[in-house]
Amino acid sequence: MKTLRRLLPQPVMSLLIFGLWLILAEAPGRGQVLIALALAIGLPPATRAFWPDPPRLRAPGAGLRLLAVVLADIVVANIEVARRVAGPVARLRPAFLEVPLAIADPFVATILGSIVSLTPGTVSVEIDRGRGVLLVHALHVEDPAAAVARIKARYEAPLKEVFGC
Amino acid sequence: MPGEILVSLLLLVGGGFTLLGSVGLARLPDFFTRMHGPTKATTLGVGAIVLASLAHVGAREDGAGLRELAITLFLFITAPVTAHLLSKAALAEARRRDAAQGAGAGAPPPGE
Repeated sequence: MKTLRRLLPQPVMSLLIFGLWLILAEAPGRGQVLIALALAIGLPPATRAFWPDPPRLRAPGAGLRLLAVVLADIVVANIEVARRVAGPVARLRPAFLEVPLAIADPFVATILGSIVSLTPGTVSVEIDRGRGVLLVHALHVEDPAAAVARIKARYEAPLKEVFGC
Repeated sequence: MPGEILVSLLLLVGGGFTLLGSVGLARLPDFFTRMHGPTKATTLGVGAIVLASLAHVGAREDGAGLRELAITLFLFITAPVTAHLLSKAALAEARRRDAAQGAGAGAPPPGE
């Protein structure tokens, strides 16, 4: 068990690399399996410098729920953005929002930034780790405080639960 | 036949959203609002096109379709990073210009 830990310090990432390689390989024969194995074992240690303190998945169930929320939001908000883009542009009220971060972990904060960027109407512009603020640009905001509270309640709180930080 | 209709519908939806993303890029007034068009409408646009591909391949062969999921995964990981870096660069540029003009009117980004 201990040697397995040493061989695969990040089992989830290794599994992901192994699976993705086989999916991308045209004809997954024995050679491809060997390459996938080599990559799954070799890549995590090689990229360790990017993961000084890899976060652990504490609540996978909450993660799946968050994923469903994000996917649904992408669809709903895309339609809204599409309407705004096609409608009168002058009526847009774009704004910068400052979201105070309750997440210290840089990796989890990056996930939050990515979710904000993927859900339409908002792009994360900058993560200011010194002040602990995520700077977000929104295409159209009626109530900045409500928009910030929505990001915190809808995405940040579940993320904190998922990674237990 | 119903499969083909589904695939066509998904392709139309995907194409429509991708088109709207480009329309946004052309119509919106400044850099930061323009970012929203391509990064946004494309998530759903590409999503629908990938779903169409899934339905198309899934109806013909068996077992295929996982590759489409991989494409979606890679896209959803990389798209926010490019958008983030582009807007970060634009923000730095706007701040530099503001500093040069002595905090003149123009870009309103807070947090300096």
